[in-house]
Amino acid sequence: MTTTDVGAGTHVPAGGGAPVEVPSGPAAAETEGVTRGRLVLRRFLRNRLALAGLVTLVLLYAVSLLSPLFAPWAYNQYDYTAFLQPPSPSHWFGTSQIGEDVFAQTMRGLQKSLTIGLLTGLISIVIASLVGASAGYFGGWVDRGLMWVVDLLLVLPSFLIIAVISPALRGSSWIWFVLLLGVFAWMITARILRGMTLTLREREFVKAAKFMGAPSSLIIRRHILPNMASLMIIDVTITVGATILLETGLSYFGFGVQPPDVSLGTLIRAGSDAAVTTPWLFLFAGGLLVISVLAVNFIGDGLRDALDPNSRGGRRRQKSARKSASKTKKVATS
Amino acid sequence: MARFLVRRLFNYVALCLVATFLAFALAALTFDPIAKLQERNPPPPQSAIDAKRAELHLDEPIPARFVHWLGDAARGDFGQTVVNTSISDELPRRVGVSLRLFLLGTVVGIGLGVILGVASAIRQYKFSDYFATLFSFVILSTPVFLLGLLLKYGALQLNTAAGAQLLVFTGETSPGFQGSFGAALLDRIQHLVLPTLTIALGQIAYYSRYQRSAMLDVLGSDFLRTAQAKGLTRRKALFKHGLRTALVPMATLFAFGFGLLITGGTFTERIFGWYGMGDWLVYGIEQDDTNITATVTLFVAVLVLISGWLSDVFYALLDPRVRLR
Amino acid sequence: MTMIDSDVLADPGLPPGPDDALLEVSDLEVSFPSEDGRVRAVRGISYRVAPGEVLGIVGESGSGKSVSSLAVMGLLPPSAKISGSIRLRGQELLGLSDTELSRIRGRKIAMVFQDPLSALTPVYTVGDQIAEALLVHGGRSMTAKAAAKRSVELLDLVGIPNATDRVNAFPHEFSGGMRQRAVIAMAIANDPDLIIADEPTTALDVTVQAQVLEVLKTAQEVTGAGIVLITHDLGVVAGTADRVVVMYAGKAVETGTVDEIFAAPRMPYTLGLLGSIPRLDIGRGQPLVPIEGQPPSMVALPPGCPFGPRCPLHVDACDQAEPELLVAPGASGDHRAACIRTAELAEADAEGGELAAEVFDAHVVDTSALHTVPRTEREVVLGVDGLVKHYPVRTGSVFRRKVGAVQAVDGVTFDVRAGETLGLVGESGCGKSTTILEIMGLEPPMGGSVQVLGSDITGLSKADRKRIRRDLQIVFQDPMASLDPRLPVRDLIAEPLEVQGFSKEQIAQRVPELMRLVGLRSEQINRYPGEFSGGQRQRICIARALALEPKVLVLDEPVSALDVSIQAGVLNLLDELKVRLGLAYLFVAHDLSVVRHIADRVAVMYLGKIVEIGSVDEVFAAPQHPYTQALLSAIPVPDPEVERRRERVLLHGDMPSPANPPSGCRFRTRCPLFLTLDADQQARCIGEEPLRRPAQPAEPGTAVVDHEAACHWARIKTVV
Repeated sequence: MTTTDVGAGTHVPAGGGAPVEVPSGPAAAETEGVTRGRLVLRRFLRNRLALAGLVTLVLLYAVSLLSPLFAPWAYNQYDYTAFLQPPSPSHWFGTSQIGEDVFAQTMRGLQKSLTIGLLTGLISIVIASLVGASAGYFGGWVDRGLMWVVDLLLVLPSFLIIAVISPALRGSSWIWFVLLLGVFAWMITARILRGMTLTLREREFVKAAKFMGAPSSLIIRRHILPNMASLMIIDVTITVGATILLETGLSYFGFGVQPPDVSLGTLIRAGSDAAVTTPWLFLFAGGLLVISVLAVNFIGDGLRDALDPNSRGGRRRQKSARKSASKTKKVATS
Repeated sequence: MARFLVRRLFNYVALCLVATFLAFALAALTFDPIAKLQERNPPPPQSAIDAKRAELHLDEPIPARFVHWLGDAARGDFGQTVVNTSISDELPRRVGVSLRLFLLGTVVGIGLGVILGVASAIRQYKFSDYFATLFSFVILSTPVFLLGLLLKYGALQLNTAAGAQLLVFTGETSPGFQGSFGAALLDRIQHLVLPTLTIALGQIAYYSRYQRSAMLDVLGSDFLRTAQAKGLTRRKALFKHGLRTALVPMATLFAFGFGLLITGGTFTERIFGWYGMGDWLVYGIEQDDTNITATVTLFVAVLVLISGWLSDVFYALLDPRVRLR
Repeated sequence: MTMIDSDVLADPGLPPGPDDALLEVSDLEVSFPSEDGRVRAVRGISYRVAPGEVLGIVGESGSGKSVSSLAVMGLLPPSAKISGSIRLRGQELLGLSDTELSRIRGRKIAMVFQDPLSALTPVYTVGDQIAEALLVHGGRSMTAKAAAKRSVELLDLVGIPNATDRVNAFPHEFSGGMRQRAVIAMAIANDPDLIIADEPTTALDVTVQAQVLEVLKTAQEVTGAGIVLITHDLGVVAGTADRVVVMYAGKAVETGTVDEIFAAPRMPYTLGLLGSIPRLDIGRGQPLVPIEGQPPSMVALPPGCPFGPRCPLHVDACDQAEPELLVAPGASGDHRAACIRTAELAEADAEGGELAAEVFDAHVVDTSALHTVPRTEREVVLGVDGLVKHYPVRTGSVFRRKVGAVQAVDGVTFDVRAGETLGLVGESGCGKSTTILEIMGLEPPMGGSVQVLGSDITGLSKADRKRIRRDLQIVFQDPMASLDPRLPVRDLIAEPLEVQGFSKEQIAQRVPELMRLVGLRSEQINRYPGEFSGGQRQRICIARALALEPKVLVLDEPVSALDVSIQAGVLNLLDELKVRLGLAYLFVAHDLSVVRHIADRVAVMYLGKIVEIGSVDEVFAAPQHPYTQALLSAIPVPDPEVERRRERVLLHGDMPSPANPPSGCRFRTRCPLFLTLDADQQARCIGEEPLRRPAQPAEPGTAVVDHEAACHWARIKTVV
């Protein structure tokens, strides 16, 4: 919380539970009756960068999926009249050494890279929430065992393990690669979720549920996981961004997506040998890669701001205003 | 406190060994050096293949092979590569190359990252803050290999424009270079700039983001207000009380940042033709070489754990609340 | 910033004071930008502080009291828009640069903040931070060595034992009370003219609060400074302030000397506030005044009196214009109130609490019907016998070695009988929360036994446990924290019913019923907890706890997170529910005055043991354990006359760590009685643990019905 943008008269921020002077009472909220979902949406939409990121990402994915419908060349077509040609009206992104259309190839690579990123994000969050919530909620041996595994996997950079396993993947489907990425992408998220579960477990509404006799599985499903949802959503975006970077990196070295599949990484690898003379071979793929990851990161940052008004991440100016809304809730209790 | 650090160290050694075993086992399971041999034209005789199998201990169970390798490693012998060169002979040179890159990247990254983050936080919502934020976002969204390629491309343009070889982007020194110490140093620096920049940029972006938010957290804290209430100007309070406290969380981030660095370093070495440990790992996997892979893994695990341990030490140094435990 | 010199003195809103006022605030307005528009946190407040005077500024959260004092210090964020005038000994402070202000801050005006835990920089030693205050203003004559020496003296002055050693400690090694002392030491380091104390004791326990208030008093005596004491606690004001400003919705609504404000409040808000506080010296017979509704939003205030919508005396004329702060009829010139009906209040023939009850139409809830059967013949609904709970203290994380045990609860015995309320009181860390968590957990205890409605919880089957949960429910302290923010009220209240397997139809019928029972409108069934006020949220919690028609309700500090005016409404509700549903309460609290109001019996805990237990009337009339006496005497009574007469039993230091409790009597290290004993008697305190024994009768010759104390040398001392 910052001094420069504290909203409605809040000036006792770091103290947490201390009574805070916020004059605009919850009375306002009551008459409005805004649900949390709508509030988050409103805040997110107000963040122009995040919105731009979302639009860009959706657009990129849609274009990469739909490109066969309008592109002049298909990815598996060869133009024997044009080898290594720079961008032109017929080959928008130019052609490769063997006459492949770089646009069609890039769209296909983009589609694969984004798909891999999104799928990995999903796999990772499922594992992370299972591990994190159970380690945090049950504690004891469960916790110590799971966290040791996390520590172990953190000691080995995931790119190293995946690279070591990659020879086994030669010739198999890219889905295996996705699973592998997912299996090694959840550790930090699990740590964070465990930490959050530890605090949630001590929260009184969880204790209340326990004292009602609610079973652990119900408490985790009903109280713990939903209350970490915002963090999980934010973390999915981070994972998606990081995975795309990792995947393209591995593919660049030939440890990732295997031919005949292509990803942005394999494309950049193919184009980088002659980077100086024929930059179109890697610049389009590279540019789209940076734009996609940037879009994902902007979405993540915007979500963080919208979901968690007290977040530590990048803040925007409108923050001061948003904060007051959530602050009032806290204040009324003090 | 000392006991706490010693205990952590002990736990780390155990983690290191398990991690190395894991990598060894995975490599031994997936690698098939014999296949490479059989693909040769003309195919080598069966006796040669059998000899290779025996030499690489391929018929022994994996744990036994690991224990064997580890026992030798403890005596300083990391075994042979598939092409029968000694790993131990090559190791010191490669470690040196990698460490130089990592250390420079870390120092430059943390130094500039902290400065950039603090400046950004103090000038929040000013143009420079937006610029720094955008810079960090773009850098963090660019894979290291692409960043390296782009820098290479840019250096080429620069060299062409200058009409001289200002920045060199292959190898860590010119092959067969002879000359005075000064000239040799210049040659090294010419080779050093681009790879260092490649990994330092990511580190700067990473640390500056966190330093910025740590600083912002501190900006609204009660103790900063107390410092002002006793008569410090805002600026003085910010630096003496704010910055000092905002550095504490950076200690914990150091471990994670270093992990990032190792991954980035591997790519960087490869792109700029530095024969370091990362380069070796890629080579080892390409050659289906279990011993190289295990050696590099051990190196990486040791580095990660040293950085984790250093992280604890820094934390203890920076925060009295931990110090007294 | 308007600085109209001549007008300031002519302003009718200012009391005619001496011209050499130390601090003079006039027409101060502060506003902040927010999502819904500008929040006008302070809307034109004027007051002055004379040298050596203590001015109390009282108000509930959101009234603008802290914001106005931060404006004086020049510590508001840049986004705040400030206008008006703030003069310190005639020098205008508004508009000064940060550098100019930094020369005044800490030297002429010092400030003590609310939360001592976060007020000190964690990475520097306490001594360095005090020395810094000296060095920054000391000029060349102040050397680092002299500053270090002086900070030891200052720490000693504020009552930190072993100041020479403690000066090198880091803030986290200090308890909350010690940190607040250190902050006070810092504040008085440069002998300031004015000390602003912003809720300096809110975060502290009552006995520590008494100590800190005493230190503040010493500080004032030493420095001769004027003090602005900002607080929500009228009791604190009654005991310390000379004059009082009552704030509501960013404005002063009543000002005057402390005696006048407490004896003859002329603004209905002040009246209600006074009537809403349970008083230690009155007890059950006192009707508590709930002030309905909540403070208005400060973004778009409707015209008229901002208190209008909550005021029982509201008439149409109140909505015409905001009433000015005028001299109250029948009072001296210094007593002003902002209400158009002050004259009517002045003419009423009652005063104080009686008048408040009359105006706000508050009644005493008659709970006597429950007690037609004598206590001993009623069923024991909750029995706790020798309950023990120790937490292991371990080292490190890898090879965890047990090095000791925190004796959080160490042999606690009490019972709760049908239809009665037992108040379990003690300061933070005394083990009262652990006790109820152990009871609620329904797990076999580490030692001793717990019986719920006759069945021992050791050896219960899973099904039994589920069945018992229906009869034993809990309401937590913080209603926001105990309601899952993501579920609507319907789901929240339905949760216990679902867990116990009620059908959908039954639930759909029961939930609106429960909402009406606790005074919520059933239309609000789809709302989320965030949309309710604190008091309403606590009602939701109570509804949820009552869903299964329990016999025993455990209430864990159910009102301590609420503003006093709201607290009264919840306490009244609890009283009513008890009568209507025949409930038994285990009421955990740190506030003895609340316990006095609501409980039939009281048990006082210290360091994991019950030191005194008995019927409320007997214990309060004749407390016999020195700790109970200290606790009682530390609680301020909202009546300046009573406060002046009272003698404080001050305790020394902080509660020892429960990991290493003193031998024999656990209270002896802080016991004021212990100090007066001779060596033989002291040896018994050190060597032998006192057991609970029937207390002495309050008056010789009368019989003790229900009163026990655990002290070797128990003697009666009236402290209320």
